[in-house]
Parts: sequence; C-alpha cells; structure tokens
Amino acid sequence: MRPSPAVSEKHDAPAKPLDVAALRAQFPILARTVHGKPLVYLDNANTTQKPHAVIDRDRRYYEEENANIHRGTHWLSEKATEAYEAGRAKVARFLGAASPKEIVFTRGTTEAINLVASTFGQAFLKPGDEILLTGLEHHSNIVPWQLACERSGARLVVVPITDEGEVPVDEFAKRLTARTKLAAVSHVSNALGTINAVRDFVRLAHERDVPVLVDGAQAAPHLPIDVKGLGCDFYAVSAHKMYGPTGIGALYGREEWLEKLPPYQGGGDMISSVTFEKTTYNELPWKFEAGTANIAGGIVFGTAVDWLTGIGLPAIAAHEHDLLVYGTERLSAIPGLTIVGRAREKAGVISFTLENVHPHDIGTILDREGIAIRTGQHCAQPVMDRFCIPATARASFGLYNTREEVDALAAGIAKVSEMFT
Amino acid sequence: MTELRDLYQEVILDHNKSPHNYREMADASRIALGHNPLCGDKMKLYVRIEDDRVADVAFQGSGCAISKASASIMTDAVKGKTLAEAEALYGRFHDLLTGPPDVKADGAGLGKLAVFAGVREFPARVKCATLAWHTLESALKGEQIVAKTE
Repeated sequence: MRPSPAVSEKHDAPAKPLDVAALRAQFPILARTVHGKPLVYLDNANTTQKPHAVIDRDRRYYEEENANIHRGTHWLSEKATEAYEAGRAKVARFLGAASPKEIVFTRGTTEAINLVASTFGQAFLKPGDEILLTGLEHHSNIVPWQLACERSGARLVVVPITDEGEVPVDEFAKRLTARTKLAAVSHVSNALGTINAVRDFVRLAHERDVPVLVDGAQAAPHLPIDVKGLGCDFYAVSAHKMYGPTGIGALYGREEWLEKLPPYQGGGDMISSVTFEKTTYNELPWKFEAGTANIAGGIVFGTAVDWLTGIGLPAIAAHEHDLLVYGTERLSAIPGLTIVGRAREKAGVISFTLENVHPHDIGTILDREGIAIRTGQHCAQPVMDRFCIPATARASFGLYNTREEVDALAAGIAKVSEMFT
Repeated sequence: MTELRDLYQEVILDHNKSPHNYREMADASRIALGHNPLCGDKMKLYVRIEDDRVADVAFQGSGCAISKASASIMTDAVKGKTLAEAEALYGRFHDLLTGPPDVKADGAGLGKLAVFAGVREFPARVKCATLAWHTLESALKGEQIVAKTE
C-alpha cells in the first residue's frame, strides 16, 4: 500500500503531521462513553463525526440568518442567499471546479448520481447502448443506472475486480466500445478501500468521447480532490462523510455537460419563467435545484470543506495511511482473521472476516467495548458475492483516529475470538 | 461482559457451532427463502407437512450466531406441532424478543426458546432471531417468495 497518487502528484513536500489530540478536542462526541467505555469510532466510511466549527455554524444560521433564499427582498433573505452561495463557492474550490456554476447541491452522493443517471438517460440513452461500471460499486452507483437502462433499453457492462480487490485498467479499456455511452466508477471503494485508477479510466474513456462520472463519496474526506486535474465529467460527494451535515451533498458537472442535460426535478427556483404553455429553465446550477434548498446544509457544507482544507488533505491522507498500515499489521496477526481487499492503493478501510464468527456477532461484541464498526454488505452486495462471503466487518478511519484505537480494536477482536472458541 | 453472556448463552453458541436439522430435504412439501439484506443472512427452510402438522423441518444457509441458533432451536421446537401451534409459538417467541428491556422476560412455556430472552437487550439483533421464524411463516403459508426481515 503506497500513499495515493493523488497525494504524491499534487503535493511533493511531506505533509506536517496532524495534531490529533487537538483535533479530537474539536469533536464533542469523541468525549462520550458507550456502554461505559470510551467511544472508539471506526465507522467513518459510513458517516463521520462533526467538529464544533460545523455544529456552531449550523446553529448560527438558524439563530441569526434563517430566511428563504433567491426570492426575498428583505435583508435576512439576502444574508441567507449570500451564505448559501458562499457555501457553493467553497465546495467548488474544494473540488477544484472551474466555477460555482458547476456545483449542484443535492441531498448527497446518491441523489447526485440519480440526477445524472436520470437526465443523461433521458437525453442520450438508446436501446443497445452501454453504461460501464466496475465490480466495486456501491448500490448507489448501480441501481440508478439499472433504472436508466430499464427506461431506455441500454445495458450495464461491469469491469470485474481481482482477488486483491482492484479494477485492472486493461480490463476497463477492453470493455470500452462504440456502444459505451458513459462510465460510472467509484474513486474509492466503500467496501474494500481500493483507490481506483480514475485518472487512467478518464483518459481511456475520453479517447472514445465517453463521459465519466466518479462516485467520490469515499474519496473526498481522505484525498485531495481536483476534478479538473482528474478530467472527469461528473463527481459526486456527500457532506456527512466529510465532517459536515447529513442531507446535503454535491454534484460537480462540467459546465458543457450540465448545459446539455435536461432538468431533473421541476418546481420553484429552477425556472426563469413559467406559463401554462411554456417554461424556461433557470441558469446553472439552479436549473437542477427545484424547491427550497437545504439552505443550512449548503452553508455548513462550505464550513466543513474549509475546515478540512485548513487541516490539509495531504496531512489527513498521510495520517490515515499510517493507521491503515498499522491496522493491517495488527489485524493480520490475529489468528483466523482475513483482510478482504488488499489493493496496492488503499484508503483507510479495513474490511475483514473472522473464521467461524459472523461479522454481525463481531459488531455486537465490539459495540459493548465501545467500538463502533460497520458489519454487513456495506451496500455492495456484488462485492460480497465476488468474494463468496455473506458479509464483512469493516473498520474505517477518520482524521481523529489513533493507533491506540487500533489497539483497542485488536483487543476487542481477541475478545470475540475468545467467546467463539 | 454480563449482558453479552445474556445474549451469547452457551446453548446459543453450541447450536451455532453444531446446528440441528441443518440439511437439505428431498421430500419437502414447502421451501421458503429468508433474507436479511442488512447483514446478508440467507436461509433456505424446508418443511414437510402431513395432516396439518410439521412432520419434518430443516434449514441451510449462512448467518450470524443468533440467526443460526434460532433456526436450529426453532426446527427442534416446531417439529411435530400442528400449523396453528407453530404459529402460536412464534407469537409467544416474538413477545419474548420485543418486550421492554427493563422487564424480565418470561420464557414460560417456551422451553429451549427461552434462551433468546437476552436478545431484547439488543434491539439491533431481534431481526436475526426472527429470520428463521419469518421464513417458516412464509413456508407455512405456501408463499413462494423470499421472506425478508426488512
């Protein structure tokens, strides 16, 4: 496991180590106990905890600025609109978009992908067309495309994964054909942690004029993201995996693509004029934002990305990589434990199984030790099927985790083994 | 660890390790599939019904200790019972699992099934303990669908 290419390419100077103790102090929830034990939160791929900066900004919006946006002539409405659009600009900067016009606020990654699958499908998919996916995808990057295929007569083509949990670039290349209309790939696998060779996928796809959507839900909190550098056409993220609130996310779309796509939902705010005969749609990005937005969400998402930038993604990536290497070493030493997913490029995710113990039982026993992990299929049933396992236990690291917490996890797993021998 | 031991009783761990009636059944009159999409548990339940009674019952599949032990103990419990008796037993078992955690569970009349009383302390695991029963219910109703706990 080498540090990700995204890190080494963008930042040659080694990142200053994180002051983890100071960071932890910014997260009120990390001070609490669970079942009488200090909380060890290792479920960050599921959702992350929230720092004071995020919690306080949310509260300040409702206490001082709350009003509806884009439609008021009063002072508060202007304040709220400014703050919301500032949030969009911050997200645009964080992702490396050319302009805030290219950032559509959504409920999260899932809605962002649905937006593209639905509108792209409606405008461009015909019977016999192909959508290229990888075998690593989360259900949210499978099912929207299945729906689009059902409506259009297009079909899915899946790039298989290796025993290590990697998507070989040549296998991807082989499946790009004249029928391929779009490729939808995860940047980082939620189930295994694999960092995909997205830059190569984009290069190969663009050689054939195939647009690429990247599911960035698992990458954005862990790696520096630069959508222009990646060259992708769409990039989807969720704020709640980035130390921000739930219920808000973003779709980055290259302006020329967003211009070409029809609206997703109809309603207020997405129009410029409406008569019963004809409606003209609003400009980008509001064309895709029908109804009153999650205003606080957009504002606080901006706070979260600024907070992340302040800490520095290269430093976060380096810290989590250290935890990954240490955790891999500690867990590999446990008898009967198998790590599922051993890609060379991995984010801070360790998916594992324990001989003769179902992951659900591991989860319950660790929970009583105050350790939160995820168990199950991780919304990636095809990945589980690929490895012929019903489920895995998954520890996933965030910027506030420590080696001591990895030790607690290893000790907790030892207790599981003890109970089941 | 006391609460954990309430959940993972020795009887449960034993049935998990060596489940009873864990086999295919060639002459089953009903087969039902159970699936818990949350944890990926999958179960295939075979029932042979004779004269309105569960003459034989068996299962196969993968699941956590609670779901496997529950299926194992259930097969022992319902074998020989009439369909109405099996249904009534499920009702009592369900009450055992979902009663208020602060009230001591009353396992009277449940026999070995009473070992699951500790599950009520772990609401997230109730579905594990009921998967086999959901599946039995759909087998007894003759539904050719996958029984789901979701």
